[in-house]
Amino acid sequence: MSNPTYTVIFYLFAAITVCSAAFVVFTRNVIYSAFSLLFTFFGVAALYVFLSADFIAVTQVVVYVGGILVLLLFGVMFTNSIMQTGQKSEVTHIIPGTILLAGIIGALLYTFYTTHGWMPSETTLQGSIVERIGFETMSRYVLPFEMVSILLLAALIGAAFLARFDKSGK
Amino acid sequence: MEQLTTIGLNHYLTISAFLLGFGLFAVMTRKNAIVVLMGVELILNAANINFLAFSKYNGGMEGVMFALFVIVIAAAEAAIALAIVINIFKIFKSVDVSSIDSMKE
Repeated sequence: MSNPTYTVIFYLFAAITVCSAAFVVFTRNVIYSAFSLLFTFFGVAALYVFLSADFIAVTQVVVYVGGILVLLLFGVMFTNSIMQTGQKSEVTHIIPGTILLAGIIGALLYTFYTTHGWMPSETTLQGSIVERIGFETMSRYVLPFEMVSILLLAALIGAAFLARFDKSGK
Repeated sequence: MEQLTTIGLNHYLTISAFLLGFGLFAVMTRKNAIVVLMGVELILNAANINFLAFSKYNGGMEGVMFALFVIVIAAAEAAIALAIVINIFKIFKSVDVSSIDSMKE
């Protein structure tokens, strides 16, 4: 699709996603990282809408922004004293990390842009896929769906058990 | 120019490569366990973008369903990991992953 408005909006969301992800990684303040991650998750959700996966985009906003990010912020505020101004996190292995960052991105981009073999299907996904997700969930993927729901229940019970308030002496 | 203005598979793969690189960088270089977790979330998001991009241009539903399961697993992972981090903080009084060097209280 080469509609100019579509292209501009795509690049806007791509820039938001990549820049805020870079800020998450390169800022030293943990609170700034957590709030920057919010913009990354919203940008990724917008990219999901571009990929015509609207249901996944809504799930991303609900689960990541509403659940995981709140958990992470809770973790940040629980494990750092919030009044202390200089809550910088230490950085280690900076040189191997930078080599890994440049190497991974360079190798992947080189592979993607020198591959001429992408053959997109004639029938790409178009429009809303909510109905198709419903059919797939209740037919082909019903066993993984049930398994993942039990796994999530067990994981949440386990997390509540692990993090429970422990009275001393018991 | 045609490459730049027509949004195709390569654009999504590029974004996903950047997110994967940043996530790996965070996991490797940061000492704060919470920021390491944020790096893991970035890696999972990169994988999800790839799944959905290939699913869109392939026309099948496999990538979409897999992305949905990845989101559920990420939620479970974040809950468990935060519980572990809170326990580590109770015992070691810090969440610096390089100072956690014993398995007994």
